[in-house]
Amino acid sequence: MNRALTLRFTTALATATALAATATACGSSGPGASGGGSGKVTVWALQDTALNPVQRKTVSTFNASSGDTKAAIQFFVNDPYKQKLQTALGSPNAPDVFLNWGGGNLTTYVKSGNVADLGTDLDASFKNEFLPSVMAGGTIDGKTYGVPMEGVQPVALFYNKDVFAKAGITQPPATWPDLLHDIDRMKARHITPIALAGSQAWTELMWLEYLLDRVGGPQVFVGIQAGKPGAWQDPAVTTALTMIRDLVDRGAFGTNYGSVGQDSGGADALLSKGRAGMELMGSWEYAGQLATAPDFVKKGKLGWTTFPTVPNGKGDAKNIVGNPCNFFSVTAKSKNRAAAVDFITKTVTEPSYVKNLIDIGQVPAIAGIEDQLKSGPNADYTTFVYGLVEHAPNFTQSWDQALAPATAQKLLTELQKVFNKQASPQQFVSAMDAE
Amino acid sequence: MNTALRRSDGRPGALWAVPALLYFALFAVVPMALVVVLSFCRWNGLGSPHWAGTANWTRLLHDPDLGQSLRLSLLLTVVNWAVQTLICLPLGVWCAGHQRARAVLSTLFFVPLLMSSAAVALLFAALLDPNFGLAHAIGPWLGVDDGNFIGDPHLALWTVTAVVTWQFVPFHTLLYQAAARQVPAQLYEAATIDGAGRWRQFLSVTLPQLRHTVVTSSVLMLVGSLTYFDIVLILTNGGPGTSTRILPLHMYLTGFSSFDMGYAGVLAVLLLVAGTTLSLLVVRVTGFRRMTSRREGL
Repeated sequence: MNRALTLRFTTALATATALAATATACGSSGPGASGGGSGKVTVWALQDTALNPVQRKTVSTFNASSGDTKAAIQFFVNDPYKQKLQTALGSPNAPDVFLNWGGGNLTTYVKSGNVADLGTDLDASFKNEFLPSVMAGGTIDGKTYGVPMEGVQPVALFYNKDVFAKAGITQPPATWPDLLHDIDRMKARHITPIALAGSQAWTELMWLEYLLDRVGGPQVFVGIQAGKPGAWQDPAVTTALTMIRDLVDRGAFGTNYGSVGQDSGGADALLSKGRAGMELMGSWEYAGQLATAPDFVKKGKLGWTTFPTVPNGKGDAKNIVGNPCNFFSVTAKSKNRAAAVDFITKTVTEPSYVKNLIDIGQVPAIAGIEDQLKSGPNADYTTFVYGLVEHAPNFTQSWDQALAPATAQKLLTELQKVFNKQASPQQFVSAMDAE
Repeated sequence: MNTALRRSDGRPGALWAVPALLYFALFAVVPMALVVVLSFCRWNGLGSPHWAGTANWTRLLHDPDLGQSLRLSLLLTVVNWAVQTLICLPLGVWCAGHQRARAVLSTLFFVPLLMSSAAVALLFAALLDPNFGLAHAIGPWLGVDDGNFIGDPHLALWTVTAVVTWQFVPFHTLLYQAAARQVPAQLYEAATIDGAGRWRQFLSVTLPQLRHTVVTSSVLMLVGSLTYFDIVLILTNGGPGTSTRILPLHMYLTGFSSFDMGYAGVLAVLLLVAGTTLSLLVVRVTGFRRMTSRREGL
């Protein structure tokens, strides 16, 4: 969800900011870190207008009740944060606790020996409080390196109920042929069937992630992620890409999707203003629409459903893709390891924190909170998201987070070429295969 | 003795340059040397760099995106130079005159200069939104019915060029304006007596007098365009596909998105060499190095 809130322009300032911040950190954190026993825990997290106040409240509650141990939380913007974290980990300026995206991302940090194995620090009852499929994102080779610290973020198909009614569609598409049929109906009404922010390739990636899962099952991507030779050549990849090209050729995304931005809210506005019928987006879409087009959400015009099934596909229709969650991890060299673990265990499952998350429209990765969701605000939506995650046999992490950074960049570039008809599915496969 | 004499004259000795040289060494020479070292290392930003020998450099030969990014960088550089010079020179000369409403119009021209690159890029990102921005309205007028300027692989680079031009025209116009005002009025008076018309005066008096300014402005434009980066990053991020992935952006994305610092170092060295060569070349070809005055006796 943080990705959605991030303005791309901040990347322009990334290098400068990261350097400047590191330089200042040198000066200020020196004496504090050498204190050792005082238990001053530095926590790094992401900037998020809705979430940060909740986190600040939790930190001050923790500080008030934790005796000598004090936590200080710092927030960073998404893309610069990745860069800052990558260079700070393992340096003397590393934080004690840091937010990460789990999966492939976390694996990189673990492999470089910068993350503490929390297996012995956390007791089983604490670990069991989380949804297993989400907890898996912080577990590598059976060892626990990350603890889920906010809401789950599966990808779902959102739609505008008014547009559907206008086009004579009574139910959201459940199968691929349904979807194609609905696209044609909306096109006949001169409405863009699907809003897509194609200037940012990760929005296009969601289509490939879901289609590959539905067509070939989650195993295909497991092979890709493991770097198995020829994994990209799996026929399911070509099939999924061909289906995408079919959507493009059909005009499912209109003609100018390549100029639409997600950070600038272009695709979301198309949906809420009724100029597009559907949008495939992460679960943060709801909170985003609630903030930018409150009437649209409050009047019940925003609909949501699971990704359509594909006839003869190998993947389970209940499989989901997206970001399981963001995680808190402890750095391997942290001098305040005990205090850091104490901070994590006493905050992320705290009932007041969980309640505050639900209030801002997030669905915490805590097992058995369905009743709490039902009685909370936005209950229809939050229970849908919770059910999606709870019942999913497989939760594939967003590929751009799961793959090594270089491969992920290449993937986004090549995929954008397919969406813009600059490359064929076959060219995509051979380009990725050469990587 | 000689030095003492010069110092007593209050003219600068070598010692005067020490602070500037130190500063330059610390913030330019040292990082450049480090980049060269880095280009021989493998480093993803985590932990310490590992020596990789010439592996990164041999990769340069097999980089599928390198040719494209070099070509785009050169294209952007040449087009920017041609378009901006053609606009800025006449505009600057005009602004140096005494026409009515000149002051008001000049002020308007300079507005883009007041904005930071990030602000310019964000402004145009909003304007170029094909559904809710200005692109929707003026697209059809320019033959782009759906307003798909930055999303069309064939149009993206030209759109970026237009934005960059919009941003930098005021700066170079300002240079030309200042230079045109320095042209002694006597020259024009003499030309008028000789019966030269406005156009003749421009060609035979103004243009030769602006020669050094043309060189200065060109060096700034050429080297600037070669290392141009921020607006492209924000507007297109190199996309669609690799349609606007110019060399500096290729370097940035390799270093800070793919976390391949070693190879990014190679690209940085490449840029450094290209930039230095280019500016030396311009200076040499134009005879700027000789520093001769065109205004002897005045």
